[in-house]
Amino acid sequence: MTFRKTSPIVFVASALVACGGGGASGRTASSDSAGATSSTAGVDLTGAGATFPYPIYSKWFSDYAKETSIRINYQSIGSGGGIRQLTERTVDFGASDAPMSDAELSKAKGPVLHFPTVIGAVAVTYNLPSLQAPLRLTGDMLADMFLGHITKWNDSRIAVLNPGVALPSTDVLVVHRAEASGTTYIFSDYLSTVSPDWAKAPGKGKELSWPVGIGAKGNEGVAGQVKQTPGAIAYVELAYAKQNTLPTAQIRNASGAFVAPSIESATAAAAGIAGQLPNNTDYRISIVNAPGAGAYPIASFTWLLVYRAQIDATKARKLKDFLHWYLHSGEGSAASLDYAPLPDAMKARLDARVDSVIVGGGA
Amino acid sequence: MSPTVLTADPGAGTVVRIHGRHIGDRIYRGAITFFAVCVPLLVALVAWEIAVAGWPTFRHFGLSFLTSSDWDPVKDRFGAAPAIYGTLVSSAIALVIATPLAVGVSVFLSEFAPRWMRQPVGFLVDLLAAIPSVVYGLWGIFVLLPLLRDPVMPFLRDTLELGSTPFFTGPAYGPSMLAAGLILAIMVLPYIASVSREVLLAVPRAQREAALALGATRWEAIWRAVLPYAKSGIVGGIILGLGRALGETMAVTMLIGNRQEISASLLAPGYTMASLIANEFSEASSDAHLSALMAVGFTLLIITIVVNAIARWLVWRVGGGAASKAL
Repeated sequence: MTFRKTSPIVFVASALVACGGGGASGRTASSDSAGATSSTAGVDLTGAGATFPYPIYSKWFSDYAKETSIRINYQSIGSGGGIRQLTERTVDFGASDAPMSDAELSKAKGPVLHFPTVIGAVAVTYNLPSLQAPLRLTGDMLADMFLGHITKWNDSRIAVLNPGVALPSTDVLVVHRAEASGTTYIFSDYLSTVSPDWAKAPGKGKELSWPVGIGAKGNEGVAGQVKQTPGAIAYVELAYAKQNTLPTAQIRNASGAFVAPSIESATAAAAGIAGQLPNNTDYRISIVNAPGAGAYPIASFTWLLVYRAQIDATKARKLKDFLHWYLHSGEGSAASLDYAPLPDAMKARLDARVDSVIVGGGA
Repeated sequence: MSPTVLTADPGAGTVVRIHGRHIGDRIYRGAITFFAVCVPLLVALVAWEIAVAGWPTFRHFGLSFLTSSDWDPVKDRFGAAPAIYGTLVSSAIALVIATPLAVGVSVFLSEFAPRWMRQPVGFLVDLLAAIPSVVYGLWGIFVLLPLLRDPVMPFLRDTLELGSTPFFTGPAYGPSMLAAGLILAIMVLPYIASVSREVLLAVPRAQREAALALGATRWEAIWRAVLPYAKSGIVGGIILGLGRALGETMAVTMLIGNRQEISASLLAPGYTMASLIANEFSEASSDAHLSALMAVGFTLLIITIVVNAIARWLVWRVGGGAASKAL
């Protein structure tokens, strides 16, 4: 979903790949210099999908290649593309910001397992120059602003929650993502959960029929529009908000506390849900509006998608090794790239789930 | 970019004479014919593939796909009217702004500019075509949009009181049909200007001299003798620009506001077909959504072909008109 800080070497490497006429455009940042020039023949596993976790995935694949010399090629073509490629078995694993729907699962060539990898949070940012303290909002107010029901910043409902703050009388300008994105999915999942009105009208999805507002492209486009327009409100991925020090609103969570978006509060949201998971969960779970005093309410897992029955025994072993590796070694580096790691309580259970991957023909 | 592009000169006689004399010639002829057939075949194949992929949408929604403004991927309801409207209107704005500018530049360069100025200025205008569209988009976000928001849009709406017409109403946020039209105007300008300049330079000297000898002023000579002679070529350049404007994606997506709504106001955000496909294709996972995007692609293809056909017909008519005037 966003372009994060990438080292100049990566850019050079990707430029070389592009100049060399290499077909796969996604094969860039994970590669050390040897990887960039080698053909796909040297790759052990291939995956495709979500762009949002791409920076951390490429770090994982690169670290993993250094440790085990097993190369994983990941193409960040978008969640929809990842699911399509997995369905057609043209990749060894897929990746998605939204869990596969029942309809999508039924089209896959066999049962698909969802493995949560990291947690992404969505921050609400705004342009109110007169404001010093962070804005406080509740979920249904947020929904009403994005529905066009609250149109002025000095609306009495906002004023009640933000005492002693000079709210301007300007119009609320909603800015949203123009292109389909996992960030929109998380945000609309949250609004659908807290507002029956929202659930009825736009609903949840990666791309919505927005009642009001302007669509801008990418986190950077949205943030740029907000920065230029006093009175604007929008949602961006937490990592993007942090790296660009955007003002972010505190959102009231399920237990009534106003929580700012952060890596800790996102992990707390997952921990709040993890405690309640039934034993037979398929991990296609939403963690928006999670219980727990410190839980930030607009957060979500992002998933790796793997067929339970693998065709190729060697690939199956390599894939399972990697899945174990990310749960134990990979999670530690998540925070360094502004992703929230999984709560510890979930890792052991996911380990057992990795072991349930079997080699068993094409069915 | 030379005017000969527009006048078909088959030279078929040469090919016929070569045919049958040598085996090498025959192979050559076959190969060349194959290449020539490949291109239209490719276009037909692309059209066919998109049509097949979009067919479920056309069958399910029928004509309402083209007339409905309801684009809701969550509920799988698709109507492309705002995108179709936006594509046509933004391209029209672009041509309205770019055509006089481009023709003006060309007339200046071919008729008035000193010789040393022609090459560098012409080169600079052509250079506009070499700038990547994402750069236009970024420039638009950081320079054009702030300028439009304040002071241009409030000036148009309030000071000139154009707000009393439906075309300049509503709040001035920046991203809008007007912004998209302006950026497209800059982007298509070099295409129109470059073709027009070549065409004007190709107008015979005698044409100007005859007009001047009859006592015409310089202005009259250009307006009455030179421009009519070059008319069909200039219209050809405009078509080239139109094709570019209809299909432009990146810069427009960054400036148009991406809103599925038809609004008469040029200050309001809109959408175009190309932007719609670019925005939604990568994450579209449901079959209905994918098919709807393909249907949009097919519609765009058809509209481009129809608009181009109309424009070609115009060139033909204008060309005929010029010829009859010359008689």
